[in-house]
Amino acid sequence: GGDGAGGGAAPAAGAAAEAAAGRVLFPPTFSVSEIKNKQRRHFMFQRWKQQQRKEKLASRKKRRKEREALGDQAPPKPVPKTIENQRIYDETTVDPNDEEVAFDESTDEFAPYFNRQTIPKILITTSDRPRGRTVRFCEQLSTVIPNSHVYYRRGLALKRIIPQCIARDFTDLIVINEDRKIPNGLVLSHLPDGPTAHFRMSSVRLRKEIKRKGKEPTEHVPEVILNNFTTRLGHSIGRMFASLFPHDPQFIGRQVATFHNQRDYIFFRFHRYIFKSEKKVGIQELGPRFTLKLRSLQKGTFDSKFGEYEWIHKRREMDTSRRKFHL
Amino acid sequence: GRCYLYVKTVERAAFPRRLWERVLLSSNYEKALEEIDENLIYWPRFIRHKCKQRFTKITQYLIRIRKLTLKRQRKLVPLSRKIERREKRREEKALVAAQLDNAIEKELLERLKQATYGDIYNFPIHAFDKALQQQDAESDSDTEKEEEEEDEDADKREFVEADDSELSDFEDMDKLETSSEEGQEDKSSSEEEEEEREKKAVRSKSKGKTPLKGPARKKRPYIEIEYEEETEPATKTKTT
Repeated sequence: GGDGAGGGAAPAAGAAAEAAAGRVLFPPTFSVSEIKNKQRRHFMFQRWKQQQRKEKLASRKKRRKEREALGDQAPPKPVPKTIENQRIYDETTVDPNDEEVAFDESTDEFAPYFNRQTIPKILITTSDRPRGRTVRFCEQLSTVIPNSHVYYRRGLALKRIIPQCIARDFTDLIVINEDRKIPNGLVLSHLPDGPTAHFRMSSVRLRKEIKRKGKEPTEHVPEVILNNFTTRLGHSIGRMFASLFPHDPQFIGRQVATFHNQRDYIFFRFHRYIFKSEKKVGIQELGPRFTLKLRSLQKGTFDSKFGEYEWIHKRREMDTSRRKFHL
Repeated sequence: GRCYLYVKTVERAAFPRRLWERVLLSSNYEKALEEIDENLIYWPRFIRHKCKQRFTKITQYLIRIRKLTLKRQRKLVPLSRKIERREKRREEKALVAAQLDNAIEKELLERLKQATYGDIYNFPIHAFDKALQQQDAESDSDTEKEEEEEDEDADKREFVEADDSELSDFEDMDKLETSSEEGQEDKSSSEEEEEEREKKAVRSKSKGKTPLKGPARKKRPYIEIEYEEETEPATKTKTT
């Protein structure tokens, strides 16, 4: 009874609309969402969806046929839009041939490292009272980074240990901040008066949690891969990371540490590689992995109150667009 | 913080505003105790004692507060759940977009091409081959090319065998594979056999020992042994 009435009403309405408009509406256009009956509505929607899929498949087939028919003269395949493609152009992107940048880099705080005047010596420490996971992570990190030492901080103020570190010839200081028994922050500070970077660390995986891992990282100096650091800020962070590792990697060790920047997230991985042939290389992950997100970059050494910040991540201003990245 | 002594008298219960009498105690601990005593002079001994105990506790914790404020204090930063979730999601998507393994492999191969590794690996000859091919594409005939490559491959193989390096088998496999593209069918059939044997060797090895992890490091002598193992099961099934 109700269905019949509904069915009867719809074509009648359609006919009335046709007559009223004076032009042909083919088929009667009522939107699916106006049907009050849920089951019916669902059914009509499914049907509409199937139709759409069919049409899409048909159009795709047609396009492929056309492309094959044209052969060589086919227009090039349209490149899908990705976030990396659509990235808003950052004006501080470094041009590889930029002289100003090259000059800056040769005179900034990392110049002594890149001129091989200093050998990196790293101090790894944590915030107060580290829990098990953080401790193990620190140990693993110290095996990954050559020439690094782990010291526990028993309530010492950072400002007071920094001059001691400088006196003992350390070049870098890493502080791993802990929250609820997991490490969640990293402060990397280049010691003789160098910049301090504060990162948020996430998805930390210790060695035993990595599947298909190899043996422990050996004492050989690993190579460093820095991917995708394009802007000025990215460059300085990249140089910071590079200065953690000694300059001359030992290729016998076949180990590589990778800092890959993607959409402002820096992924750290540590692999052992082996060249199976000229075009194939196998990599095996060993060592911890974690991701970093830069929160702030400070000009001097760690000083939370009076430091001069070169860059702070301000959420309201900087997170306005999905396609804008700063590193 | 300074301490005050508040005294309440029953007589003043009608006037709540004037109920409590306030006396400022001196900041010297002993003097303050004496002041408490003289203010609560006619009060029972027990109450006076309790009041002094309370006063002691208060001064102790005030001292501790002052000491703590001088040290560094842990600052609690509130996390916004929405932000956290957003960041986590973005990180996952960035991870997928990064395709880390591919990127690392590409970078390593790039470095190999640019000879940053010096003479450790014996591969560069292939690039030399390619360059040669490109140069000779116009002039030489196909057979000549094939002969050249065959010779070089043969040399390469001999060289490698004498060297007895770990990677030699894989090198051979891929070298033969790529060269087969130029139309050496005999070789391709033999390669396939060898590849199959290789794969079976791989499988049989993995059955016995720990599962293969990543790039398998095989030593040459072992592979000959695998051949024998691989034929044995076949005979076993026949007999049973």
